[in-house]
Amino acid sequence: MYDTSDIRKGLKVLMDGNPYTVIEFQFVKPGKGAAFTRTKFKNLLTGAVVERNIRSGEKLEPANVETRDMQFLYKEGNDLVFMDQSNYEQVTISKDLIGSAHDLMKDNLPCTVVFFNERPVDVTLPTFVFLEVTASEPGVKGDTTGNVTKPATVETGATVAVPLFIKVGETIKIDTRTHEYVERVNKQ
Amino acid sequence: MRTELFDLTITNPPRTWRPGQLVEIETGRILRDHAGDYPAPGSEVMRLPLPRLSRLRARASALATTRAFFVERGFLEVETPLLVPSPGLEIHLDAIAAADGYLITSPEYQMKRLLAGGCEKIFQICKCFRANERGAHHAREFTMIEWYRAYADLDAIVTDTQQLVHAVCGDHARVGDREIDVRPPWQRLTVRDAMARWANVQVDGSEPAADLVRAVREAGIAVDDGAAWDDAFFAAFLARVEPELAALDHAVILEDWPAPLAALARRKEHDAKTALRFEAYVGGIELANAFDELTDPDEQRARFVEDQRVRAERGRAVYPLDEKLLAALVEGLPPSAGIALGFDRLVMLATGAPSIDQVLTFSTGEL
Repeated sequence: MYDTSDIRKGLKVLMDGNPYTVIEFQFVKPGKGAAFTRTKFKNLLTGAVVERNIRSGEKLEPANVETRDMQFLYKEGNDLVFMDQSNYEQVTISKDLIGSAHDLMKDNLPCTVVFFNERPVDVTLPTFVFLEVTASEPGVKGDTTGNVTKPATVETGATVAVPLFIKVGETIKIDTRTHEYVERVNKQ
Repeated sequence: MRTELFDLTITNPPRTWRPGQLVEIETGRILRDHAGDYPAPGSEVMRLPLPRLSRLRARASALATTRAFFVERGFLEVETPLLVPSPGLEIHLDAIAAADGYLITSPEYQMKRLLAGGCEKIFQICKCFRANERGAHHAREFTMIEWYRAYADLDAIVTDTQQLVHAVCGDHARVGDREIDVRPPWQRLTVRDAMARWANVQVDGSEPAADLVRAVREAGIAVDDGAAWDDAFFAAFLARVEPELAALDHAVILEDWPAPLAALARRKEHDAKTALRFEAYVGGIELANAFDELTDPDEQRARFVEDQRVRAERGRAVYPLDEKLLAALVEGLPPSAGIALGFDRLVMLATGAPSIDQVLTFSTGEL
């Protein structure tokens, strides 16, 4: 069991059967009053944020939550297969858990996978991925006023809106949180 | 290990680097990442950064100003023991055990014995220790300024407090980017008025806990079922009153505390529901707590025994009674007023430091 002095960012606790992680906390102690820790928790399953005051002396139950660095291997229908490089253990995770960024995942992409009771519940991708453009119509000259974009297909099959100057064969940087083009990257 | 202070270029800085983090020059690896902490003196890879150094200087200057302040006013500086058999018996403070006793949570018991022994104006600047306290305004080891005046009332202590803070901070204290007017005299506000105005809760002091819980809930503030009187009070105070105090651009004296929060204060002669106690608030920082001291040995013993009972009931360590203090009260403590003021918080106000760790010479995380 944890008590209030164990509370820190990233602590994983079980409340009402759900796993939560601490995202913010503040020690409060009025001069002649009881001490407590004002704590913000994020539900690891739903992402919902709740605030609770944990009084000194109150106990928190540790959640059986584990965070592992894993590498994306390949897609298999609706599933994605990941491998823990430290022990070569493979895990299959549904596409739904990853959300819209699943089509930005290239083989060997390093990810962080959160397990609750040995079941994967969350996958965090790197914020940016670098992908090669495999198909895109050439931009039309003269049509460059404002923020004009065209669709481009990248090597993983995803379609991203890019500026007109992007050509097939170039590598672009994409934000996995927003699915948006960030910049063109010169090949080293 | 190489030490470089200027033109520091890290070829491969970690993407997440923030100022204040300690980075190894050769590898770019983050050596220490503790929120609020700064690289400490004596670390192998970096000299003391200038902001940290300037806060150490501000601390030394505040210490010198404080000593001169009390000496000029004819106070005697005293040093009472830090290791005692009986620490403060407050319900919400936990002492740290050491050797065959405890480290003090405040020097008040021994200082009161000095008052009973004939000292009239005394002050002390000393370390105090409180277990399990760590936050933006709390450290388990911190520095207290405590002073007492025999044959004086709380008004004299209010004046001292205003003048001391003004002497250390100047016309304005700093809280982050804000400036708080600390020129005397400060606004004075009673606890009941503040609770009525901002929390919409009428506090009497003699009502049963359940009644106060109901009143607090009617004001739309969450409080646990079966909460104690003081827990219900602080739920409303912290939710509604403290944010308003924090938003004021001037310092305030919050006085006339309801009797259940009297601690070691005397009650008003013609109003037993009110304790002669005040707290000083500057920009949301609770800076000091003052009492018109309880001198009645029987009432003092009764309050100590009650504190012991509550501590036992709540499963907290029960400390022995300080019989020598009680004996001193029997012999006679002159009517006196005294105050404890957090020195580290005063330095925060003088420098605008956002956390106590930044005004300590070494914070707990740096040891």
